[in-house]
Amino acid sequence: MVEQENNLLEVKNLKKYFNLKTGFIINKSAGSVKAVDDISFFIKKGETFGLVGESGCGKSTVARLLLRLLKPNAGEIYYKGINILKIKQSRMFKYRREIQIIFQDPYASLSPRMTIGDIVSEPLEIHKVADKKSRINKIKKTLKVVGLNPEHINRYPHEFSGGQRQRVGIARALILQPELIICDEPVSALDVSVQAQILNLMLDLQKEFNLTYLFIAHDLSVVKYVSNRIGVMYLGKIVEVAPSEELYSKPLHPYTMGLLSAIPIPDPELERKRQRIILPGDVPSPINPPSGCRFHPRCPNAQEICSKQEPELKNYSKDDNEHLAACFFAGKPI
Amino acid sequence: MENNVSKSVVENILEVKNLRTYFYTDNGIVKAVDGVNFNLKKGETLGIVGETGSGKSITALTILGLITIPPGKIESGEIIFDGQDLLKLKINNLKHFRGNRISMIFQDPMTSLNPVFTIGNQLIESILTHQKISKKEAYQKALDLLDMVGISDKKRRMKSYPHEFSGGMRQRAMIAMAIANSPSILIADEPTTALDVTIQAQILELIDNLKNKTNSSVILITHDLGVIAKYASRVMVMYAGKPVEFASINDIFYNSIHPYTLGLIGSVSKLNEEKKERLKPIKGTPPSLIDLPKGCTFAPRCKYAIKICKESFPPSIEEESGHFAACFRAKEFLNKSLSRD
Ligand SMILES: Nc1ncnc2c1ncn2[C@@H]1O[C@H](COP(=O)(O)OP(=O)(O)OP(=O)(O)O)[C@@H](O)[C@H]1O
Ligand SMILES: Nc1ncnc2c1ncn2[C@@H]1O[C@H](COP(=O)(O)OP(=O)(O)OP(=O)(O)O)[C@@H](O)[C@H]1O
Ligand SMILES: [Mg+2]
Ligand SMILES: [Mg+2]
Repeated sequence: MVEQENNLLEVKNLKKYFNLKTGFIINKSAGSVKAVDDISFFIKKGETFGLVGESGCGKSTVARLLLRLLKPNAGEIYYKGINILKIKQSRMFKYRREIQIIFQDPYASLSPRMTIGDIVSEPLEIHKVADKKSRINKIKKTLKVVGLNPEHINRYPHEFSGGQRQRVGIARALILQPELIICDEPVSALDVSVQAQILNLMLDLQKEFNLTYLFIAHDLSVVKYVSNRIGVMYLGKIVEVAPSEELYSKPLHPYTMGLLSAIPIPDPELERKRQRIILPGDVPSPINPPSGCRFHPRCPNAQEICSKQEPELKNYSKDDNEHLAACFFAGKPI
Repeated sequence: MENNVSKSVVENILEVKNLRTYFYTDNGIVKAVDGVNFNLKKGETLGIVGETGSGKSITALTILGLITIPPGKIESGEIIFDGQDLLKLKINNLKHFRGNRISMIFQDPMTSLNPVFTIGNQLIESILTHQKISKKEAYQKALDLLDMVGISDKKRRMKSYPHEFSGGMRQRAMIAMAIANSPSILIADEPTTALDVTIQAQILELIDNLKNKTNSSVILITHDLGVIAKYASRVMVMYAGKPVEFASINDIFYNSIHPYTLGLIGSVSKLNEEKKERLKPIKGTPPSLIDLPKGCTFAPRCKYAIKICKESFPPSIEEESGHFAACFRAKEFLNKSLSRD
């Protein structure tokens, strides 16, 4: 794809199929959910790569594959040039330290019986970093960095608001000084005024610690705000990848166009003038995805070829910035 | 709210005056809705925005008479619909309004769909409860309703159970139920929050089209300022149980005179913005409704707060025609002696 050395992470032809258990609706032969189906992308050091798409398109599965919480059916994951699916246990430990995650739900992801201090220091414990005394200092310092009062180290999650809990989750992810943080819907559960606080905090931390983010969300406005480049997913596939600005100003894939058009902008004058295209139909099930291009049943531009052949992700950019799209009629307005 | 009484009688389909709904809990009194005033005009979409817990849903549920008493209690207020105060009606008479002349679309369709009956059964049942027509006519009407909400393959769908529908289709089925008896007011409480973006757009367009077709009015409750910008003509902004600003859609977005509204608008990123302007969040978090601060409830988070703000709650004042705000400094915003940054 692009020169290797700048890429902190590179994913190639990653696949994850979940086998359906024999149940009352689906019999054995019905096969599998193609949650992630042959996707490739890279993330450059220090950038934020956004991954958007509607519910069930496979975003969280990508996150879990990268964290090696799931085993892929096929594909390669290169971290600093090394295929982490092939490395030994000892190196894996180091990888686990360098990659951290922030989850969507600050309520569910923090154990109610642990103090804030315990939660934030758990990674130190697991990775046997620092002695007890310097740990406390480290925790307090990290709490301060994320805008929490270091004196609250002995309090419990229920004593905090949603936004504060998300700060605890960020502190926990930050304490080992990771390189890459995977953020899976980090602000979706928060109120808008608090979302903005957390987004700003994340951007500040990125600058301060030279962090790389994989930012997963279904809210394209939020993803665009934080990301340098964005990948759009539809039913287990990446259908378009582009620099954020360009994805908005020159979308090439009809699904991206529909998605952009579906999002109302908080500016009434502009909304009154804006031409909207409403994509018809429902998001199909990933169990038996449509043939050919998976988007074709909902696509206003679909032709015969679209139901027969699967379009490849191709680069349409004329400069160094890749702009990939998987569509036979990329760029044609819908 | 409107000084001109005779005029308001003509064009307002609903008037809510000084509504207060409290909950008496073990931990104290929750002032969920605390002095809400608004009117709803025929044919308009009125937006209600505010963060979680600000009292949006309780306002809607109070209008529909769906508050469980106790622990809830309607402390004061009037809800004037069609010349009658709904709060003074007996339960039996209220049934005629609820789900009929005023109906509701919830975030979770299963709150109004029954899992053990087919969609057809539920639609026909609802029609027959309120209209004196034959079963056959009701069946035909149900088919027409499915058509209106964009459910294809209607005859088969009539025999389906809610669980056989996708999320978007269930929402459509619930909307069909809600409009079955041609209501004059449709209250949509976060009607699309649980749905995918492209499906959200379909459902919101559907609600808007139905409103225009039937000349009914919509109260649209959401925390999404984009949705408000697109569909509402006037907006009530709520904070901690109180309406803090009420104005036309343009005044809310371009000429707001309340720091909370300004803060909300500063908190959201816009898809169309080219240069990345840093978001301007509101500091802190909303207060607990049990332990409300003295004075203006927003003052602890407000960067414009002055001494008086911490002492008493500002009354809601019509600062310019049709533009209400509850802020001691609203006039300064209005005459631009205080800059909104
Ligand atoms: N353990 C599992 N077993 C079977 N199917 C699964 C499993 N985990 C995920 N799936 C399925 O894989 C698909 C992708 O799920 P995933 O959670 O990655 O989606 P997502 O894009 O994160 O969605 P959301 O926006 O709702 O979080 C879905 O159809 C989901 O039902
Ligand atoms: N039965 C109840 N007992 C006690 N408090 C209640 C009860 N029902 C609601 N409340 C409280 O009333 C307040 C207002 O709730 P409401 O549901 O109207 O908020 P909302 O603005 O709709 O929020 P959201 O955006 O989360 O839907 C909340 O603080 C809520 O906890
Ligand atoms: Mg997910
Ligand atoms: Mg609500």
